[in-house]
Amino acid sequence: MNAKTDSTATLTIMRGEYGELTGHRFDIPFRSGASILDGLMWIRQHYDASLAFRFSCINANVCRECVMQIDGEVAYACVERLKEGTTHIAPIDTKPHIRDLVCETTPPKERWSDGEGD
Amino acid sequence: MLGRAPDYRTDVLVVGAGGAGMYAALAAAGAGAQVTVIDKNLVGRGGATIMAQMTVASALGEAQPDSWEAHLADTLQAGRGLCNEALATLVCRDGPERIREMGRWGTKWAKRGKRIAQVTAPGHDRPRCCYVDFLNTGPAVAGTLRKRVARDKSIRRVSNFAAVEVLVRDNRVFGLLGLSLDDGKLHTIQANAVVIATGGLTKLYARNSASNNMAGEGYALGALAGATLVDMEFVQFFPIGHLAPRLVGMDPIMWDPFRYKLGGRLLNGDHEEFIHRYGGQDEGTYSATRDLATYAIYQEVAAGRGTPNGGAYLSFEHIGEAGLRDAFGPVIDRLAANGIDLLKRPIEVAPIAHYHMGGLDVGVDMQTGVQGLFAAGEAVGGASGANRLSGNAITEALVFGEIAGREAASMAPTGWYSESDGAAPSAAATPTRADLPAALFELQTLMWKNVGAFRSDSGLQTALGAIRDLRDSLGRAPSPSGPYPLDVADWHELRLGTLAAEAVTLAAIHRKESRGAHQRDDFPATEPTYRRNLRLAWATDQFDLVA
Repeated sequence: MNAKTDSTATLTIMRGEYGELTGHRFDIPFRSGASILDGLMWIRQHYDASLAFRFSCINANVCRECVMQIDGEVAYACVERLKEGTTHIAPIDTKPHIRDLVCETTPPKERWSDGEGD
Repeated sequence: MLGRAPDYRTDVLVVGAGGAGMYAALAAAGAGAQVTVIDKNLVGRGGATIMAQMTVASALGEAQPDSWEAHLADTLQAGRGLCNEALATLVCRDGPERIREMGRWGTKWAKRGKRIAQVTAPGHDRPRCCYVDFLNTGPAVAGTLRKRVARDKSIRRVSNFAAVEVLVRDNRVFGLLGLSLDDGKLHTIQANAVVIATGGLTKLYARNSASNNMAGEGYALGALAGATLVDMEFVQFFPIGHLAPRLVGMDPIMWDPFRYKLGGRLLNGDHEEFIHRYGGQDEGTYSATRDLATYAIYQEVAAGRGTPNGGAYLSFEHIGEAGLRDAFGPVIDRLAANGIDLLKRPIEVAPIAHYHMGGLDVGVDMQTGVQGLFAAGEAVGGASGANRLSGNAITEALVFGEIAGREAASMAPTGWYSESDGAAPSAAATPTRADLPAALFELQTLMWKNVGAFRSDSGLQTALGAIRDLRDSLGRAPSPSGPYPLDVADWHELRLGTLAAEAVTLAAIHRKESRGAHQRDDFPATEPTYRRNLRLAWATDQFDLVA
């Protein structure tokens, strides 16, 4: 729905498990108006299905799941716009890290491991 | 084989924690059950309810005298002769009590003076739809329920836990197998009753207003367990979903409340009004039903009178700044941040997959044909027939949730049957497909093109074959691969989602007429002989039509 351009958006993503992070670079097509979340979903679809990040409502900014660091600022990936050139993305550093951009943001009472079953 | 003992036990297990699921959990707990509510995402933050920026229909009689019978008459009319009248009656009759209850629990319905404000939505004969300002109906309803669920000591919440299989023995539910994203592993839960409140299937379409949760998993879970599906061919396309320019931070359905409050003008690419050409009326009144407006926009685009991005214009240029501010306050600033100035130019809108009328076939106790397996909310089929009336979705979520939870709480305890392996998805010999997100995109494209708002036998047959091929291409179930494995979640979602897609396609093939949301290019007329519901049941490896 948005005009394609020939230009590129580069996302450098800090990823790994349990705090052991390394930087990975992905070049994706830049689309005017697209969100960072659109870019992350594009990467999963075209390059690497294992890239982990949280999201639910995708566009409405009501689930508040997709919080991450974008160019050093804590922000929601669904409302931050993709830009031409390089954007640095990392998990937030105020919660224990789990995998890639996913941190332990699920309330403790809502985790499977909180139950007697685990 | 399941383990010798379940990993966890509960009385009532609710699958999905949107409006219907949370209400079911509260009702089951209120009836004395120990309840567990699971959600693929976060409890109370996923699902469709929280996304709803629009209105809730209920015969409160606050704006002017009203009755549930009048609401029912409008609901049946919108359903084009196919509504399950018993279910529609529940929605209309119990709706007012649920809405007032939400008010007592803290939802701040917009008021006019001392009375709850009610507006007239398309298809209603009078002002019947309440809301929370500004564009906050869904978040307010979800927030009220989320806080209440969190305070209830009889309810355990489990987020990031996706249902994989409902466990059944001799047509009686005894639990569920699910994937915890926390550890990436499958776990079992024993339950006396399972309530499927997983929402709809609009995520299966390329243009949708769905959140991550709505890939039709609940329909497939129920069907694999032995429940019957009804009305699966009826997918509602919301006619004026946002198209362009790109808008972030807002639900694509947001123009609906703008039209309730301000009218606005729907125009084709030549800036002409056009709804009247198709038997409706616009002229800034927003009275055309969803199926008619969708049809009209498609016809204009097909005739070369679409907008640059292939839709229609929606214009509020004549409303004036004071009018816009008064109606939508801070939303006007959020639009400005997206580069949208409604005073200067129209936005582009087009149909978008929004709601599923079909679903699990249940009785007035919300129980499917499988003992102990209940459904609530959009997972239920039949209440809306061939076309849902605006505003009935949240009402239905609350009403059906309340009944399902209360009834589920009355189920007797079950045993644990470790020898069962159900339909456990493991046998395929081929390796797991690596590009699962691309497979979802393929499915969405296929459904949009061939099983969308306009259908034909050739397109539907093509889709049916391609959907089955796509499911075969998934290969065997992936092995556990550490925490938060989105690709493992994708695999299970696609296994269930392709089954839901197959059910929609097969039902659409069999309905050789056009009615409500199901429009066939090759059978354009509504046929009296098709004034009946189509039902599907899963039989070993395919869906069969059942009487």
